[in-house]
Order: sequence, then structure tokens, then C-alpha cells
Amino acid sequence: MPVSPEELKQRIEAGIPGTSAEVSGDGAHFEALVAGPAFNGLSRIAQHKLIYDVFGAEIGDRIHALSIKITALEAR
Amino acid sequence: MSESATNPMREAIQSAISENPVILFMKGTPEAPACGFSARTVAMLESLDQPFAAVNILPDPAIRQELSAISNWPTIPQLFVDGELVGGCDIVTEMYQSGELQEVLGIEASAPSAEEPVAVSASEPAPLQIDNLL
Repeated sequence: MPVSPEELKQRIEAGIPGTSAEVSGDGAHFEALVAGPAFNGLSRIAQHKLIYDVFGAEIGDRIHALSIKITALEAR
Repeated sequence: MSESATNPMREAIQSAISENPVILFMKGTPEAPACGFSARTVAMLESLDQPFAAVNILPDPAIRQELSAISNWPTIPQLFVDGELVGGCDIVTEMYQSGELQEVLGIEASAPSAEEPVAVSASEPAPLQIDNLL
């Protein structure tokens, strides 16, 4: 089944509570802009791993490439 | 994380990471990258005149498999500095743009960290070139 940006958006937002994501892509290469308090205080590596963990082995396989940009939101 | 290593491929990757201060695992070679993300990462290192070891993961699927098991990182490229995973193309790009990459690599460090002596004899500092970034 092809991957849609909408699917990735929903899975990121469902997988990491409090997160909002904007995903664009062509079915193989995707770019995700992600923001949420879950990323506060984490290293870049740890932030990206949170996202990768949502998809597990699908990264590099079903999801050919996922470019990630994180914005940590200040806790209110 | 103490796993008795009876895995030659994993051992080889681990020693490559620990023996090379800067090492990039990539698709293809620096001369002929086989993926845009690998190409971009190589271009950033080269624009800093940063010498680095490069490992092409394509010839044997086991390389990528063992590498990702070691680093717990699913994608390629992967840049390691002083034995630590710095990141893939996205993170390296962000750090390059913010100057953090140069800091991690010890290039033009305006404020050298007091506790870390320079382990690698740096070649003469080179001027920054970003025109060959893409």
C-alpha cells in the first residue's frame, strides 16, 4: 500500500502525544515538520529517534526516505 | 549493552567507528555518492575541508544491518565523530548551518573547550567554501 503524507502525519500525531506534524511528500520521499513539547530538552538524535520509533522498520523500507525537522515548543 | 561479540561484521564496523575520528557511512563513495542525502553530507564535510573516512554500505546488506544495530539509527548516511553518532543528513545540515558541526569537528573553534585536548593533529585551517554544497 502506498504511503501518503496524511498517513504519516496522523501516525506521528497519534504516536507522540501533544505533537503536531505537517508532512509533504511524493510517496517515497517525505518531509515532516514536527512540533511538540515531547521534544523539549532532547538532543537532536533523541528527537529524531522519537519519530523513527513511530515507524520502526518501515523507515528505509516502505517509507523510503523521511526528512525531519523538529521544533520544540515551550511548555505552557 | 554487553554483548559478547562473535559477529565479525559488527566488530569491523565498531573498530572502524572507534579508529576513525570522523567517519561517514554512506550510499556510494564520496567521489560517486549513490543517494542525494549521502551526497549532501559529503559536500558539507568537503566544504569544510574536513578529512573523513567513508564506508559504502551498498555492497553488502549486512553492513547497514549491523551499523543500524550498533547506532540504533535506521537511515543512511550516518556521521560519527569521535565514536559518537552525530546524525544523518537532516541533523548534519542543521548543525552545519548553525555552526555546531564545525564546533563538533573542532574547526574554527573560537572558544575551544578547556577539558578536551586536541586529539587529532589538525591540518592547516582551510577557508570555508559553500559554493560546492549542492
